[in-house]
Amino acid sequence: MSVVGLGAVYGLVAFASFLAPYDPTAQHRDAPFATPTAIHIVDGGGRTLVRPFVYGLARDGESGYAEDRLRAYPLRFVARSAAGSSIRLFTVDEPGRIFLAGTDRFGRDRFSRILYGGRVSLTAGLFAAALSLSLGMTGGIVAGMIGGWIDRAVVAASDVFLAVPWLYLLLAVRAALPINVDPFRALAVVVIVIGVAGWARPARLVRGLVMSAKNRDFIVAARASGASSLHVVRAHILPQTLGVLLPQASILVPQFALAEITLSFFGLGVSEPAPSWGTLMRELVSQPLARATLWAAAPALVLAIVFVMHQVLADDLHARAVQPAMKGLA
Amino acid sequence: MATRLRASILAAFAVAALTSAFLTAEIDQRREAAAPPPGTIGQPGGTLTFAVRSDPKTFNPVVEADGPSREVIWRMHGDLIHIDRDTQRTVPALASSWTMSHDGLHYTIRLRRGIRFSDGHPFDADDVLFSFQVYLDEAVQSPHRDLLMVAGKPIVVRKIDQYTVGIDLNAPYAAAERLFDTIAMLPRHLLESQWKAGRLAQAWGVATAPAEIAGLGPFRLERYRPGEDVILTRNPYYWKTDAAGTPLPYLDRLTVVFAPEDVQVARIGTGEIDVINRVAARNVAALGRHQAARNYVVRDLGPGLEYTFLFFNQNEPRNEELRTKQRWFGDERFRRAVSLAIDRDGVVRLVYSGRATALWGHVTPGNRLWANDAIPRTPRSIAGAAAALERAGFTRRGDALVDSAGQPVAFSILVAAGNASLLDTATIIQDDLRQLGIRAQIAPLEFGALVDRVLQTHDYDACLLPLAGGDGDPNSEMNVWLSSGVTHVWRPRQASPATPWEAEIDQLMRQQLITLDPAARKRLYDRVQAIVADKLPIIPLVSPDVVVAQRAGLRNFRPAVLDHYTLWNVDELFWDSAERRSRR
Repeated sequence: MSVVGLGAVYGLVAFASFLAPYDPTAQHRDAPFATPTAIHIVDGGGRTLVRPFVYGLARDGESGYAEDRLRAYPLRFVARSAAGSSIRLFTVDEPGRIFLAGTDRFGRDRFSRILYGGRVSLTAGLFAAALSLSLGMTGGIVAGMIGGWIDRAVVAASDVFLAVPWLYLLLAVRAALPINVDPFRALAVVVIVIGVAGWARPARLVRGLVMSAKNRDFIVAARASGASSLHVVRAHILPQTLGVLLPQASILVPQFALAEITLSFFGLGVSEPAPSWGTLMRELVSQPLARATLWAAAPALVLAIVFVMHQVLADDLHARAVQPAMKGLA
Repeated sequence: MATRLRASILAAFAVAALTSAFLTAEIDQRREAAAPPPGTIGQPGGTLTFAVRSDPKTFNPVVEADGPSREVIWRMHGDLIHIDRDTQRTVPALASSWTMSHDGLHYTIRLRRGIRFSDGHPFDADDVLFSFQVYLDEAVQSPHRDLLMVAGKPIVVRKIDQYTVGIDLNAPYAAAERLFDTIAMLPRHLLESQWKAGRLAQAWGVATAPAEIAGLGPFRLERYRPGEDVILTRNPYYWKTDAAGTPLPYLDRLTVVFAPEDVQVARIGTGEIDVINRVAARNVAALGRHQAARNYVVRDLGPGLEYTFLFFNQNEPRNEELRTKQRWFGDERFRRAVSLAIDRDGVVRLVYSGRATALWGHVTPGNRLWANDAIPRTPRSIAGAAAALERAGFTRRGDALVDSAGQPVAFSILVAAGNASLLDTATIIQDDLRQLGIRAQIAPLEFGALVDRVLQTHDYDACLLPLAGGDGDPNSEMNVWLSSGVTHVWRPRQASPATPWEAEIDQLMRQQLITLDPAARKRLYDRVQAIVADKLPIIPLVSPDVVVAQRAGLRNFRPAVLDHYTLWNVDELFWDSAERRSRR
């Protein structure tokens, strides 16, 4: 269930450039804070049309919007967007507009920005998690297998890393970057820092696992029959650690995504005009009181759902992989 | 810097006041009796509550440097010559009249007789002398000291008799009487011993007993409770009366509470505060929605004196990369193209919800005495900008604009990280420039670090800044426009002007400083504005409106676009009878 849900979310953001009707940075300056566009299938004469359509956008008062019932624009599917650049899943002909979640203060399509923003935030989480898990796994296996002073050094280093206040570290790193660094290059640096700083916890997990596994009968037997350390790790240890690392990954991905979101929220991660869920949520605090809309909170809602699904997935993986293994160990 | 600017701005407004008089008479003689304030005759009584952002840091007018302290202090003190915030011209205050010598070097100021401090002690020329001694004392380090320097030397104040002082300037200084605005006259009998002991900067701190503080303003301190409020009560010795002879102020009490703007916006609707000094554009719509039902009024006074502008680094290049960029930045055709591409109306609409005015020159329409109306307002044109760039040797290669050497045009724009309006403005500029193929990156930076880069290390490409003058007089912006000025933002502290037009601005600014005829000064400053609008060392963008709010029933409320926006005439404010009864 959670796998399907997460698959859907990651699929949506991975295909953002196809699914989103607009470029996330395209400003429609005549339509700031537009309300979400309704999609109709029943026309003004009461007939149900096969092809859904939207009405034109008209101003209503100083800051409100209404549907212009005199102008209707049918949705076009798998068609080139009005700008004529790329193929979009759905679009309408100019001057028609389709803003499924309304627009922000520059008239940028919120729906498109949520999709593209998810791509940045979730990718950051995935890469940082992959980095910290591979570092952690390497460190844990080396420490567990070799032991001695190397083990003590790895444990001491992990203590140091666990004690580092990562948010402040990130703020410092971001501040130290040159001011005219490209926003995505800055993001890459941030991802690397998050990933490297996060190696300690998985390393300790893996180390513990290796320590307990390496004295078990079948590994002692394997060694006695001449198996190399490398073979032991590959054939016997790795499969065991994966059972622990996969649920760990499922927990770390949203945590690292949140790190990126936090930085961007404070204006230190991905900067305008590129969207991230963090920069989108900034709107929640910066938008004028009078224009407050719940749609601005959409990224927060999506983020919460992604978090829960990751937790559920972690539990599932834990139940499937770790518990039988633990039973075997007992 | 801010103080210097504020001061020069104050000085600017004085000019206009002098114009007609100079043309006809050798000296400008003021009538002895002050005209009664133009407001309606009111009824005494009642309390007014207003909010400031945070607790005051001091009650000492000599060393105050923050808004909340100033808002409280200025209800308690008086100045010799005052700038009427409404007319933007000078009016006699504690001075009943003043005259100036032909050469503009000597002022004679006559004081009102019979004036008393709020503790009942009489005020005379010795207090004036003492006050200027304190402000000019380098050891005191008053932020106002700079304002009282003319041509690098402090003004000299002499006692002529008990009610007359002479003031000597080192060089002619146009509209010098504007310098005296907001210089509080101090009670010598209370502060002299502390000054002699070298403790004046520490005097009148927030822990001082109210009885030890006295001023010449409409109110006096009753109590201060940290984190809660400041209570000011009516000064029974205040010198002003209304046209009917009723002593001012009308109000019995001022209560100052501490709250950030968003909280003030919520509280005016509940009647907990009566005035909001400045409402940001983003809050105007929310505030406006309930004004009729909740019994308050929001007033948009139009553009103030603040102007926002974009400028490029034109200092000696620090490195090769910057040298390349400065080939573009130094080309006025490039700057004009950038200016042409910027959607100023979009900034006004999207960033300021329409509560701002687009600018093509650096003097805002809010500066009524000085704005040059002849500055052309070139409409935005991306096509025009693209064509101008082509003529300047740039070419379009795919999505990117490249210079004659094939280098893609890309630069970063510094913006103060805490300023949401400027960040949004930068986002619009970024999108406008993208349409020309220019890749602009926004670099939010903490304000102190930003100023350091612009004025000290020169390590930046372009920057977006707001500048707000105190009273609008060109003298207040000498440091911005002189090529040797420390805040000549695009290339500060030049040994000699880098371009012929900067040399011309230098000459014009120096000339206006010593020109005593206001009309001639205006012509000189008009020319400065025209040069700036043509050469665009700074690209003026918008000027945000000054928006204030008041409870209905507060009368004589005449908010102005100059600093002290709302309560500058607090002595005339009164509640209409229904409101006053409910506020007893």
